[in-house]
Amino acid sequence: MSDLYHVEDLHLSLPDMTKKPMFGAAPRIEILKGMSFSIPRGQVLGIVGGSGSGKSTLGRAMVRLLEPTGGRVIFDGHDITHLPESGLRPLRRRFQMIFQDPMSSLNPRQTVGRIIAAPLTLHGVAEPKARALEALERVGLPRSFARRFPHQLSGGQRQRIGIARAIALNPDFILADEIVSGLDVSSQAQVLSILRTLVRDMGLTLAFISHDLSVIRRLCDRVLVLHHGEIVEDALCDALFAAPKAAYTRELLDAIPDPDPENAWFTRA
Amino acid sequence: MSFLRIRDLSLVLRGTPHRLLRNVSLDVAATEVMGLVGESGAGKSMIGKAVLGILPRSVQVVSGRIELDGVDLLGLPPKARRGLIGAKAALIPQDPLTALNPSRRIQPQITDRLVQILGWDRARANTRALEIVNEVHIAQPERVLKSYPHELSGGMRQRILIASAFAAEPRLIVADEPTTALDVTVQKQILKLIFEMQANHGTALLFVTHDLGVVAKICQRLTVLYGGLVVEEAGVREFFKGPKHAYSRALLAATPRHTDPDADLAPVPEAVIAAVQAEVTEADERWSHV
Ligand SMILES: Nc1ncnc2c1ncn2[C@@H]1O[C@H](COP(=O)(O)OP(=O)(O)O)[C@@H](O)[C@H]1O
Ligand SMILES: Nc1ncnc2c1ncn2[C@@H]1O[C@H](COP(=O)(O)OP(=O)(O)O)[C@@H](O)[C@H]1O
Ligand SMILES: [Mg+2]
Ligand SMILES: [Mg+2]
Repeated sequence: MSDLYHVEDLHLSLPDMTKKPMFGAAPRIEILKGMSFSIPRGQVLGIVGGSGSGKSTLGRAMVRLLEPTGGRVIFDGHDITHLPESGLRPLRRRFQMIFQDPMSSLNPRQTVGRIIAAPLTLHGVAEPKARALEALERVGLPRSFARRFPHQLSGGQRQRIGIARAIALNPDFILADEIVSGLDVSSQAQVLSILRTLVRDMGLTLAFISHDLSVIRRLCDRVLVLHHGEIVEDALCDALFAAPKAAYTRELLDAIPDPDPENAWFTRA
Repeated sequence: MSFLRIRDLSLVLRGTPHRLLRNVSLDVAATEVMGLVGESGAGKSMIGKAVLGILPRSVQVVSGRIELDGVDLLGLPPKARRGLIGAKAALIPQDPLTALNPSRRIQPQITDRLVQILGWDRARANTRALEIVNEVHIAQPERVLKSYPHELSGGMRQRILIASAFAAEPRLIVADEPTTALDVTVQKQILKLIFEMQANHGTALLFVTHDLGVVAKICQRLTVLYGGLVVEEAGVREFFKGPKHAYSRALLAATPRHTDPDADLAPVPEAVIAAVQAEVTEADERWSHV
């Protein structure tokens, strides 16, 4: 089987706490309204959409930080849709998630080396220290960075630590959620180039969540466009940019300010 | 003639010799849109804050002039300075949520400034609030003026802040990353609105952004900053045909261009950083010898 992920009619609803009555259960809101797609091994899949479209929820359901309320998520032949934590444990090191700010939830007093080694120790991997140093090198940082603390790093460097932490486990799949969003364009270009190299060298499959289609074009093979909890378009990257099919995709493309004043948006009287 | 004229402005972190702005000179003509770009920490917001007289206490002006309509702000006593800035300039801030007080209705948040700083009477301020909210294409303006910030969407809140900035007919507006927190589709609508308001009111606009794409769409000229130093100032059309400074060229090369299937992104090369960093050091050496 060549598909690493197979997602079928995925539904996810949550209790809407803003509408909870004084007594009784809160009404549920549907956040994912039936999504189906597969990810072939080695593919880089972009997931784009406006804020609140369901990108992070989809990502969290795929790596089972959330339990779907309907449909199926198959990872490498294993149905993980409702798998309990004990069943997920041996699979967890094979799918990793990187967040927008990987440092925000971490102990600022821990060194970079310990931060990267922590999941290795947790999963009982041999020689966690050596593997952490190797992972640092893979993201283009010198081994001496292992002794630094998060606050001593730039935003781009922190994001590279987040990537190092994920790849140290040698996973099959990485889900990156808005990992270049807060970065300056130069660090963004650097992180994208590191991801491309890792995908190629480690045979990774990558899902890359971003609200920015111009970034997705530089990295991805294929794109899912999300809108209000639904997939409105699923296309190969080149096809999507050459001939977008969904009205919402066209709207998104149309709203990207390309750095070219000759292609003017507004005209001065 | 320039409406805003900045000459040799230097700011330091109070009590230290560390400069945040390094002899910055900048002109914005009346009715002109000037973009101010650079990576985070370059000093874009500090320039806007210095112009509006809202620098943090930890930051001190050590030299230079900021002329608004021919008057040097830094030479004025504080009260006169605040009066002049209040009458001639206004801010469109980045984050519409933190810029609005969550526990107050929209209307007084627009009118307070008119009453307290410009001395308008309440009735005139209220009439103006309704008029200006209408102008930023808000449906049901009466209802919106009575709402609280959390009852409005992000785009709607940004429209309110734009209305508020234009309410007193300032001659200069500083917009500090006004669309950075918004979805791209909303960003386009808000940029259109700022463009339209600026053109209709003939206001000078200093538009702070980290996004060269946004500069290309809305600005006539731009100034590129690195480390508190102006590295390039140019007309937008000539700049995008080919920036003169190596750092600007590298910044443009790192900016995604979705219309081009083959464009590759390159980070700013280390040699370019080293060269522009040397310019910063050189500027500081010259500075410490005067
Ligand atoms: N824990 C939660 N409880 C209730 N609603 C939520 C929760 N998490 C997300 N949502 C809602 O689900 C929708 C999708 O959210 P999310 O997946 O974070 O979108 P995106 O990542 O595309 O911005 C939004 O409308 C959001 O408000
Ligand atoms: N409140 C503050 N007190 C002291 N220094 C500050 C303060 N805010 C920002 N700085 C410093 O001033 C420099 C310029 O910051 P800023 O103008 O906010 O950059 P930009 O808007 O270009 O991202 C940075 O080095 C930043 O660390
Ligand atoms: Mg999200
Ligand atoms: Mg700023």
